[in-house]
Amino acid sequence: MLSIVEKDFGTPAPRPARLWKNVGMRSGGDVDVAAKLVTLTIDGREISVSEGTSVMRAAALNDINIPKLCATETLDAFGSCRLCLVQIDGVRGYPASCTTPVAPGMKVTTQNAKLAELRLGVMELYISDHPLDCLTCPANGHCELQDMAGAVGLREVRYGYDGDNHVYAKQGGEANPRFVAKDESNPYFTFDPSKCIVCSRCVRACDEQQGTLALTIQGRGFDSKVSASQAEDFLDSECVSCGACVQACPTATLSEKSLISMGQAEHSITTTCAYCGVGCSFRAEMKGEEVVRMVPNKDGHANHGHSCVKGRFAIGYATHTDRIYKPMIRAKITDPWREVSWEEAIGYAASEFKRIQAKYGRDSIGGITSSRCTNEETYLVQKLVRAGFGNNNVDTCARVCHSPTGYGLKQTLGESAGTQNFDSVMQADVIMVIGANPTDGHPVFASQMKRRLREGAKLIVADPRRIDLVRTPHIEAQQHLKLRPGTNVALINSLAHVIVTEGLVKEDFVRERCEIESFDKWRHFVGDALHSPEAMEAVTGVPAAQVRAAARLYATGGNGAIYYGLGVTEHSQGSTMVMGIANLAMATGNIGREGVGVNPLRGQNNVQGSCDMGSFPHEFPGYRHVSDNAARDLLENAWGVNLLNEPGLRIPNMFEAALDGEFLGLYIEGEDIAQSDPNTQHVTAALTAMECIIVQDLFLNESAKFAHVFLPGSSFLEKDGTFTNAERRISPVRKVMKPKSGYADWEITQLLSNAMGYPMHYTHPSEIMDEIAALTPTFTGVSFARLDELGSIQWPCNEQHPEGTPTMHIDEFVRGKGRFMVTEYVPTSEKVNAKFPLILTTGRILSQYNVGAQTRRTENVTWHSEDRLELHPSDAETRGIKDGDWCGIASRAGETVLRASVTERVQPGVVYTTFHFPESGANVITTDNSDWATNCPEYKVTAVEVTRVSQPSEWQKRYREFSERQQELLEARDAADAR
Amino acid sequence: MKARRIIPIQPEPGSALPPDERAAVRAAIAANKQRAGALLPVLHGVQDALGYVPKDAVALVAYELNLSRAEVHGVVTFYHYFREHKPGRHVVQLCRAEACQAVGAVALEAHAKRSLGVDFHGTTADGAVTLEPVYCLGNCALGPSVMVGEKLQGRVTPQRFDKLLAQARATA
Ligand code: SF4
Ligand code: SF4
Ligand code: SF4
Ligand code: FES
Ligand code: FES
Repeated sequence: MLSIVEKDFGTPAPRPARLWKNVGMRSGGDVDVAAKLVTLTIDGREISVSEGTSVMRAAALNDINIPKLCATETLDAFGSCRLCLVQIDGVRGYPASCTTPVAPGMKVTTQNAKLAELRLGVMELYISDHPLDCLTCPANGHCELQDMAGAVGLREVRYGYDGDNHVYAKQGGEANPRFVAKDESNPYFTFDPSKCIVCSRCVRACDEQQGTLALTIQGRGFDSKVSASQAEDFLDSECVSCGACVQACPTATLSEKSLISMGQAEHSITTTCAYCGVGCSFRAEMKGEEVVRMVPNKDGHANHGHSCVKGRFAIGYATHTDRIYKPMIRAKITDPWREVSWEEAIGYAASEFKRIQAKYGRDSIGGITSSRCTNEETYLVQKLVRAGFGNNNVDTCARVCHSPTGYGLKQTLGESAGTQNFDSVMQADVIMVIGANPTDGHPVFASQMKRRLREGAKLIVADPRRIDLVRTPHIEAQQHLKLRPGTNVALINSLAHVIVTEGLVKEDFVRERCEIESFDKWRHFVGDALHSPEAMEAVTGVPAAQVRAAARLYATGGNGAIYYGLGVTEHSQGSTMVMGIANLAMATGNIGREGVGVNPLRGQNNVQGSCDMGSFPHEFPGYRHVSDNAARDLLENAWGVNLLNEPGLRIPNMFEAALDGEFLGLYIEGEDIAQSDPNTQHVTAALTAMECIIVQDLFLNESAKFAHVFLPGSSFLEKDGTFTNAERRISPVRKVMKPKSGYADWEITQLLSNAMGYPMHYTHPSEIMDEIAALTPTFTGVSFARLDELGSIQWPCNEQHPEGTPTMHIDEFVRGKGRFMVTEYVPTSEKVNAKFPLILTTGRILSQYNVGAQTRRTENVTWHSEDRLELHPSDAETRGIKDGDWCGIASRAGETVLRASVTERVQPGVVYTTFHFPESGANVITTDNSDWATNCPEYKVTAVEVTRVSQPSEWQKRYREFSERQQELLEARDAADAR
Repeated sequence: MKARRIIPIQPEPGSALPPDERAAVRAAIAANKQRAGALLPVLHGVQDALGYVPKDAVALVAYELNLSRAEVHGVVTFYHYFREHKPGRHVVQLCRAEACQAVGAVALEAHAKRSLGVDFHGTTADGAVTLEPVYCLGNCALGPSVMVGEKLQGRVTPQRFDKLLAQARATA
């Protein structure tokens, strides 16, 4: 079922208009400035539309609504239902308006007696094989079939209802062989074939929009029916539960279970998904303060009406029973929790922080912001730390994922952000994916990328593991550079070597746009035979011929676009690799226009935003260094305090300082460092050493088990604000229900700040955004009002770019001239040896998100209920490990136990796991190694040994005991409450 | 709730096929993979070798041709020619086209179904005979026409039908 508030124009806007910057599927910007206009007459009205528009869409844009069933705006016209027939002067017969493009001077009639008769005939046929239980049907109130029956004036069905049908389980007392029972296997939606009209919208949605091709029409003629894979349950089929088919279905055949149980929503509020860095726009369809369903917004600039299983369905955590709604405090982490009033909790927190500062000095406390919080919340936390705590001890979880991106891109291009919008991929000719797994990590963007690949763009994948994108229906990478983990820089240097030595450099671009000195130095460096693919083959494990072919393809295949993820950044040479990527793009002129660029795929929803908002200890909002006097003056004036000009502590430094007894108070908002940061045992030791930890979160997460103050936070449904996605797009987050704990997160920070003695008086997050805009040059044009107007904005947004900036570095780089950086390959100190002969690398999976605090509390566990260790059959065999066996994984840092998945997806010598479940302890084994420039941990390379075991590791036992104890302390709170 | 699974690790496609059938499917793929529109020739190859297109062959064919299982399933079920189940030792095709219908094919059809105890596309319980409809065998002047295995028979009355089948059953 489509959104309850969107009008369906039947067919997509013609392609060029769709690609135009910041245009959703259907927004008023339908008229493409560049496209030719065509003028025609429909029902006597003169109408002008872009060339390539269908007659159906042209009519709908002018509020002439032609009946239709098989057409919907997100899919290409199909022309099967014959309900949208029209008459066109001078054309024989009755063409389908959905498949007929407009032509100059065309005269179209959409309603007359003959057309009415034809349409009635079509409807009669449909309804003769359809149940008549409209009143009790979940689609009632928003069913297209019902609407069309109304529109054509269906009053009776001449064929009767007793014929052959798919509707009734029994016919004449016998089982009806055509009847197929309802499939309820998917946790989020049902498939009831008795209501299907075989319009194939679901099949086409899965093909065109999602690109999974999990559905088909089985059989032919009257036997045709929708089949998931080979007539299986949806859950067993190839379906990845993105929900596109459910949205496309015009009947109740495919329906959300939440809709079935709750009924139609009565209003809808546009907001932004709080999961990954794609930042999909959604319409929260509401019944009062309850969410009926989340429907992807067709006008969403990042997702154009598409979604994935997380954003579309996995919101159950927001009302999960584990959520805590009352503030709690305790003096020691071995004490039971005590529920208290907000005043008491905030007062206690502030007094503890003041006591610690008085005793151990100003720098003994700090804060950690989260990439899951809104821009406004993040901004407030860093402001609280800088202005309220009086130090720069603020860091963010982006430290552990994309800090090298910020550093590397700033050094080379001059701005710490990706260069394109997502739509740019539709103009790419060669797509290079490095260390990213878009189909799992960034599914909606992956669908768009797959669409482009099906259109013929070429694909290069550099990844140790055979990710799905390497080979998936209708898509096959031209080159899969299966490198050894930890050798990224060696690989990028050898790619560069080929480009430099085979004369593939775009000389004129480099001469005009880049610092020529730096280029010469770089050319000389990578040109050295040391870096040739042949020389590097022993290091990377990638055959030289493949590297050469990939380099040639990227440099000469037309528009070359690079997309990369944490497989690039989470290494000891993460920053070097980011610079290496930028070098490659500059040398081949693949930057500064649509279809090219360097694009980090951000993990969490607001990684970009939390970095933009000054969450790093060395940078104010807008990436201005704390030693930048002009920026500091500006902020000091606005905030009315003196600010330090020295960087504060990074997360790892905080831990060190804690263990040294110098850092004792920490305010953590929406982040779970005890699970997500590497070397868990080291982290927990540091947390245990602190005197006051304040955790603000939805759940008693892993870190909260070490906390003294728990402040119950609000979910993204309970507050206003903005998120900034991987393409620098700022999108609105809207409050659809009031905060369940009483306060939105920004209010809690404000309370704490006031109690600490630094006054804050915001009455709405829009005021925080106004302050950000006033103080940050790249944000000056951003405001809530402007966001409402435009839908979303890609920063920089200021006088020069009043509507934002989809593509950066167009005429010149942000830093002026692009700078090439020499990228020496330095092998990581984390080396395999006889004791730890395997390399462990980590990643994630479609249905789960990050530490899993949210998705583990939804039905998404149906797909992934535990983390597993993938290992190659040859490694498994030598260790006597079979699929499903428990195996111990030991590294220099620690030991854990997981079940094995034996698969050729990973190469021999490499093992792989995800980190979605805390008890898996994936980060017990990861080490303290980190990026030389930014301290981003080296999650992707850990030397390990794997053995078959029969019981959990020591750490897991301790973890279990500790967790059980903490759970008891939490329940003790409940008892106190009941008294 | 249903058994929980972990999506990304899927079993080797076609691993449930017996080795000889798997080899036959692989051969059909190898022989046709390079052709444009390889799917139909591959499916014909599979049916020629095995007499039908097993469910697990669909997975293997899909994997090798880089299609989804759904797509291949759609094609297999679209053409009546492809069989999804192992046919009986004898395939009996009964003509349902006009000329034969005019000379008693309707009655023959009813008789055939009754005496074999199966519907079209069905296989007798003993696995001996599969009944298939066909539309014109090019033998119109001598209808009703029936193919028993590779052999075309004309003027088939119900009695002759039973006799032909008894003979066929006796041969294997
Ligand atoms: S939910 Fe998505 S993947 Fe699953 S069948 Fe529907 S469109 Fe395809
Ligand atoms: S399930 Fe819905 S979308 Fe799919 S064919 Fe049936 S009616 Fe159309
Ligand atoms: S998780 Fe990412 S891809 Fe999925 S709906 Fe949310 S923003 Fe979109
Ligand atoms: S809507 Fe045009 S043919 Fe179905
Ligand atoms: S009609 Fe039966 S053989 Fe031609």
